[in-house]
Amino acid sequence: MHELALAEAVVKTAVRAANDAGIDRIDRIVIAVGALQQIEPELFRYSLTSVLATADPRVAGVAFDVRTVDVAFGCRSCGTTFGRSELEEVGDETALEAIHLVPELAHAYVRCPQCGSPDFEITQGRGVTLERIEGEGGTSDD
Amino acid sequence: MTESIDPRVVAIEDRLANVERVIAVTGSKGGIGKTVVASLLALTLADRGRSVGLFDLDFTSPTDHVVLGSVGGFPTETFGIDPVSVAGIDMMSIAFLSGRAATPLRGGDATNALLELLAVTNWGSQDLLLLDMPPGLGDTSLDVLRYVPRVEFLLVATASRLVVDSVRRAAALLTELDAPILGVVENLQRRAGGVVHDLADEFGLDSLGAVPFDESLEVALGDVRALRDTDAYAAVTQIGEESVGRPPST
Ligand SMILES: Nc1ncnc2c1ncn2[C@@H]1O[C@H](COP(=O)(O)OP(=O)(O)O)[C@@H](O)[C@H]1O
Ligand SMILES: [Mg+2]
Ligand SMILES: [Zn+2]
Repeated sequence: MHELALAEAVVKTAVRAANDAGIDRIDRIVIAVGALQQIEPELFRYSLTSVLATADPRVAGVAFDVRTVDVAFGCRSCGTTFGRSELEEVGDETALEAIHLVPELAHAYVRCPQCGSPDFEITQGRGVTLERIEGEGGTSDD
Repeated sequence: MTESIDPRVVAIEDRLANVERVIAVTGSKGGIGKTVVASLLALTLADRGRSVGLFDLDFTSPTDHVVLGSVGGFPTETFGIDPVSVAGIDMMSIAFLSGRAATPLRGGDATNALLELLAVTNWGSQDLLLLDMPPGLGDTSLDVLRYVPRVEFLLVATASRLVVDSVRRAAALLTELDAPILGVVENLQRRAGGVVHDLADEFGLDSLGAVPFDESLEVALGDVRALRDTDAYAAVTQIGEESVGRPPST
């Protein structure tokens, strides 16, 4: 469950960003979860809720909006774009677990379906990002 | 609030909050013994009862686990992921995740791998966390300077003009950036005195000691008991006791 650590990081970052923006009550946090990291949105939502207990009171009533972003790779060698099916082909549990912990390890196991190159870019759907914070109060609420 | 933010950066501080000191073993040239010095330093300090972490940041050629003969083992997922205990050292290496698979990573990927592992690894409380740096002053060095709070640098050099020329650039950069440099360790020493000493003098750095060229090291690699009998281990032990294991004078 290293999702808990990621969830805690998201909530702390949101609180810090809200501070900077002068928001004193956070209503909604929008989070993108990249499919490459293979995090279950439900499990992640649960992790986010569990870390709230020890979090800053300003996030107490927050709603989490967790959306999954499909993975896409772009081959630097031949320009082919590929993604989900090549990840599914990895199969091996340990390899998938490694990619779950460090998404860049896709370069150890995934190859361009066109030319076989490991030199591809992860163009989207890598890991967890904090996309937006909505809230009220203080000096600004953009 | 519209631009997306990377939550990992905030997490790093928490993960390292109970780590007393972080020391990056560097030297910018390859093949000068950064890995051997970092691994033996971790081993000798652990042998002397310190709590020590060792993080292999040479993501494309990790070898600390080979020096210390780790039989592997996938890090356990807890609240984050736990380092793997090897000879009393808390170790993290990308090799624990990827095994023997090649890990061809461009700079940006190495940065992401570093941030990801720093954000989720439970170092817990440590007297010392050693970072085994890759060669060069590329992405990983710049990332360590940028993201690792309180990092200090230990420079490894050998008595070759090629090495000294390269380590001088590292010393110059770290000095320019006001990064704390613990001092210089001369590795693969065949005779005392010479260019490494001159380099330390040039930058006003402490000479922390020398590790001899040790014929017996190669066969001892991978076996901590054999490593403890080497001259290299004895030399690193002295360096650990005299300078690294103690807090820096301020
Ligand atoms: N003091 C030493 N005596 C003998 N061999 C050494 C010594 N230090 C390093 N080596 C050997 O030199 C090579 C390079 O060392 P390594 O630690 O991998 O360098 P780096 O991490 O700087 O690239 C390895 O084969 C290692 O076993
Ligand atoms: Mg090395
Ligand atoms: Zn291709």
